[in-house]
Amino acid sequence: MASSWGYSPAPESTDTVDIRDDYGLFIGGRFVEPSGGEYVKTINPATEEVLAAIPVADDDDVDRAVDAAGAAFKKWARLPGAERAKYIFRIARVIQERSRALAVLETMNGGKPIKESRDLDVPLAAAHFFYHAGWADKLEFAFPGRKAEPLGVAAQIIPWNFPLLMLAWKIAPALATGNTVVLKPAETTPLTALAFAAICQEVGLPPGVVNIITGAGATGAALVRHPDVHKIAFTGSTEVGKDIQRAVAGTSKKVTLELGGKAANIVFEDAPLDQAVEGIVNGIFFNQGHVCCAGSRLLVQESIAERLLDKLKRRLATLKMGDPLDKNTDLGAINSREQLSKIKTLVGVGVDEGAELYQAECDLPDRGFWFPPTIFTGVSQSHRIAREEIFGPVLSVLTFRTVEEAVQKANNTTFGLSAGVWTEKGSRILWMADHLKAGVVWANTFNRFDPASPFGGYKESGYGREGGRHGLEGYVNLT
Amino acid sequence: MAVTTSDLEVVDRIGGAVDAVGAAQRAASLATRSIKREAKVQGLQLAVRCCDLTTLEGSDSPGKIRQLAAKAMRPSPADPAVPHVAALCIYPRWVALASELLRDSGVKVASVAGGFPSGQLPLDLRLREIEGAVADGADEIDIVIGRGAFLAGDDEGLFHEVTASKNAAGPAHLKVILETGELGSFDRVRRAALVAMAAGADTIKTSTGKISPAATLPTALVMAEAIRDFWDQTGRAVGLKVAGGIRSSKDALRYLVIVKETLGDDWLSPDRFRIGASSLLNDLLMQIDKQRTGLYSDPDRYTID
Repeated sequence: MASSWGYSPAPESTDTVDIRDDYGLFIGGRFVEPSGGEYVKTINPATEEVLAAIPVADDDDVDRAVDAAGAAFKKWARLPGAERAKYIFRIARVIQERSRALAVLETMNGGKPIKESRDLDVPLAAAHFFYHAGWADKLEFAFPGRKAEPLGVAAQIIPWNFPLLMLAWKIAPALATGNTVVLKPAETTPLTALAFAAICQEVGLPPGVVNIITGAGATGAALVRHPDVHKIAFTGSTEVGKDIQRAVAGTSKKVTLELGGKAANIVFEDAPLDQAVEGIVNGIFFNQGHVCCAGSRLLVQESIAERLLDKLKRRLATLKMGDPLDKNTDLGAINSREQLSKIKTLVGVGVDEGAELYQAECDLPDRGFWFPPTIFTGVSQSHRIAREEIFGPVLSVLTFRTVEEAVQKANNTTFGLSAGVWTEKGSRILWMADHLKAGVVWANTFNRFDPASPFGGYKESGYGREGGRHGLEGYVNLT
Repeated sequence: MAVTTSDLEVVDRIGGAVDAVGAAQRAASLATRSIKREAKVQGLQLAVRCCDLTTLEGSDSPGKIRQLAAKAMRPSPADPAVPHVAALCIYPRWVALASELLRDSGVKVASVAGGFPSGQLPLDLRLREIEGAVADGADEIDIVIGRGAFLAGDDEGLFHEVTASKNAAGPAHLKVILETGELGSFDRVRRAALVAMAAGADTIKTSTGKISPAATLPTALVMAEAIRDFWDQTGRAVGLKVAGGIRSSKDALRYLVIVKETLGDDWLSPDRFRIGASSLLNDLLMQIDKQRTGLYSDPDRYTID
């Protein structure tokens, strides 16, 4: 006789986390009040509970932060690389030591499952600092025969999907190359960045080397337009990326943009199907699909489409959605009410356009922002859900017949950030990688990251690379 | 059940490949499932119910078999709530004694047979060994495939030896050990699993426990996926047995998680899932007590047999 065996709730404790009622802006090594005295509340998207009051930096605060970074730059840039490395190593080690608290905080503020913040976000953030600490005194080997000079003050604006990890992607290379930083975390997810500010204090990082200011779009716009900023690193929407591009036109500011995506995950008929199903699930449901390189378009060879979809639908039924702090949760909360309504709108468009909707049965919690894992079949290239970035747990399934058709459809998008290829044929993987217009091509896997591996896009997915030796280039002048 | 070589055709119809990195990643991810409180107690008791308590030593004697039979029927003398194990797994010469001892207890007699553990005996001798064990009262027969023939590409040979063994086993439940540690790749594990199932295996089993590596989480996952595909294609439910090197409750729960999330709750029963083990049982008992009392007991509270 078979038993029904369910998992009991296994919530991660929040005892490790100490959230203050309100925070300051981190400028010149100290937490200071915003000059306009304005605060906004940041919440837990899984419960809508208010976590803290967050200052809004206005133009004066942006001035103060850029000035602090500018003042710190001369000394920091002249510091021998090995000395800069010591600070960066220390940051990496403290992130490791605080990994539990940082993971819980990330999950509370962003809604992502604790298993992801614990096993991916925080360890990778630490890894980025370790990796770049190693580069700090070896820049002459990164660019043989040339001299790498830091740029000055780097303005860095990061999104809400991987708050601490994107902070690490931005700050680690900037510090390693001798730049100073003003970073603005996303409006909805500032808490791990502010925890990081406290870590900067704790490791004795010279005041002004890292400044963290919070706020919404206006704060970011002021930062980007500030005349004393020499470098802009932005990860976020293509729309804002275009604004930044316009704002810096005619200036000497160096820019890297990591924007949206509509990645094709391409499954050939000879693919290892069970692993491909895992790759598809990981590609689109990881972090609720709030991933710029998410595999949001499944291109499956027609001959196996039915079989693969059966497997995929069955797999969907085993996904656990709910309390992000539960260690068994696979799918957490949508990051914000705004994002939820955007997802709902586009899913509505998909239905209106005639695509067939499939959603796993699951009970959605009463409070918080939730959206069930969703698959659209019968999607055509001309449907909006095949073209626009949904940034949610919504997969559009299209079919193809030949390798050429697969490449053509995969590339037929305004984006070009990532792609996945699933086949047992090695030569086909290489051919596909050659022909896909995407910054990252994963073969028989998806959403794998490493600090040593450069990441970035083609076309409207942006330009410049982050990570690896290539990522250093965005932060130096080569002479 | 009459089986013909045309049944081998289903193997190619199901086909499929396995990506080793992906399978290992999925197994590792399932291993992070957190099993606490009530779920843990239920899981531990389920593991006891699915246990094939095993002794396969050259030194096995009537005394040893008597002791293990007693343990199989009542794993925890102090706690009658602990269920009996699924089966006692032994060499053929002890089957008559074991079936006498276990009569009407609900514990099945499982016998390895068919030239265990190498599978290198001539087929007719292997079949006679199976027939003998069944005649002595074995409810279940654990055979091991001849890896040599299969690795040489002889799928039909493997198919034939399993069908012949199935016929020889008659009414007994046939478990087919793939000895995955000697197959060299997950693709081969998958293919051997499909051939064995097509040939009539009631359960497919990872290992003899005599070579290393024995059972691993990714191997169990790959076999469970093959069982799922076979079920989809033929409607016949084949069981899974993991064996070799499983000593801790934590490992046992991880295998249960793999079965649950790959094959579903219908496979969470001794009819369709077994864990072959010897020392695991005491760890399960100790963890069950730990869940109830909050304390780890003195190891001497658990019988050594």
